[in-house]
Amino acid sequence: MRNILFVDSALLHEKLLEALGQIYCRPDETVLNLIREYEAKETHPLAKDMLQSILRNADVAREQSLPCCQDTGTPVLFIRKGEDFCLGDGDIMSTIESALEQGWQKYHLRRSMVEEPLFERKIIQDRPAPVIHWENVPGNTLEVKLALKGGGAENMAAHYMLPTSTTAEEVVEKVVTHVVNVGGQPCPPVIVGIGLGGNFESSALLAKRALLEPTGRAHPDVRYAELEQKILNEINRCGKGVMGLGAGPTALAVHILTEPCHIASLPLAVNLDCHAHRHTGFTL
Amino acid sequence: MKTHKFTLPLSPNSIRLLSPGDKVLLSGTLYTARDKAHRRLVDLIRQGKPLPFKLPETAIFYCGPSPIPPGKVCGSIGPTTSSRMDAYTPILLEHGLRVMIGKGERSPEVQAAVKQHQALYLVATGGVAAYLSTHVTKFELFLWPELGAEAIYKMEVADFPCYVAL
Repeated sequence: MRNILFVDSALLHEKLLEALGQIYCRPDETVLNLIREYEAKETHPLAKDMLQSILRNADVAREQSLPCCQDTGTPVLFIRKGEDFCLGDGDIMSTIESALEQGWQKYHLRRSMVEEPLFERKIIQDRPAPVIHWENVPGNTLEVKLALKGGGAENMAAHYMLPTSTTAEEVVEKVVTHVVNVGGQPCPPVIVGIGLGGNFESSALLAKRALLEPTGRAHPDVRYAELEQKILNEINRCGKGVMGLGAGPTALAVHILTEPCHIASLPLAVNLDCHAHRHTGFTL
Repeated sequence: MKTHKFTLPLSPNSIRLLSPGDKVLLSGTLYTARDKAHRRLVDLIRQGKPLPFKLPETAIFYCGPSPIPPGKVCGSIGPTTSSRMDAYTPILLEHGLRVMIGKGERSPEVQAAVKQHQALYLVATGGVAAYLSTHVTKFELFLWPELGAEAIYKMEVADFPCYVAL
């Protein structure tokens, strides 16, 4: 017997609005704790000053309910929908869109999306145009992850189809070189999401999903956990620093996610997020 | 780290006092301009039409602010990635622009042009836009409202914190 759960769309709407209200003015708490640790031990005055402004910003944003970054981002959602989860009075897609639009107005978020990418690039004024990734899973729950992804860090993504002869050291080198080359542009210190395996498109999705893992978590496979640590250490050894000005931390965490891949392939995708790392999730 | 307090517009003498890594607290008028406004400004120059402000007295802040919540002076205010403006910057410098505020590295062409014109490229901390908004005392839409966040906004700032990059 299937145990189908019917939920009111109003509940999903309310939860989404609440999730958005939590994150637009509040970066990831683990990120802020890491910034506090770095600030406490930082000896370079320039880096220390900028780290302090990140902490001060978190206070001002929370106290005054102001967006912690003027780029309130692209809303990115990962939805895991149980086969037996249903909205009793509407559809999930339009509920998401209307909740986000209401939140965009309520919290005074920036209209940052354009209708089409190349010609007029006219700003969309009536909807936040979320990017939504769906998964169908067994069960009767709905898991929602929501992130606000800034454009500056998103632009600094990279994708490689590597030869299968690539070693772990070469993967480290690829990622580190990339993060060093993009310098101050993605607002370091950054979070590094890495997708390894899958195919062309799924590796990119893995990298995005990796960003939304709990900050600083270690990969369950110790070989990949070591790789994460090595990449993090190497990035921070390079000295690009806060905002690329040469001092302080460049990255706060590196998360790798993997998937099976073709015998001919070794896809590698790198997605970065800035220190204003805004994400949350809930389950219905 | 040396800290300088300056009132805009900056004189060439003030710019000469600065070294990379110095902190600058700016007071005075800033104009926002990002991708689309840059394209329009450069189009005006190429068409020989007048610009909306005198470039030598203008400090351009690469910024697309968030909307103003009720009762506030402005929304959140912070730098966007400067490299996207690299294509437009040398011509603006040729026409007198001397002060730019953004984030991230500039192209070799922009670096050379900044040097040649004795201009100044400052970096403001990214992702701290709520904090930076507390340094804004006046804020208004200046030009091209149809561009939304990409319009040109005019703002008065007090001790607005930046760091010398170039």
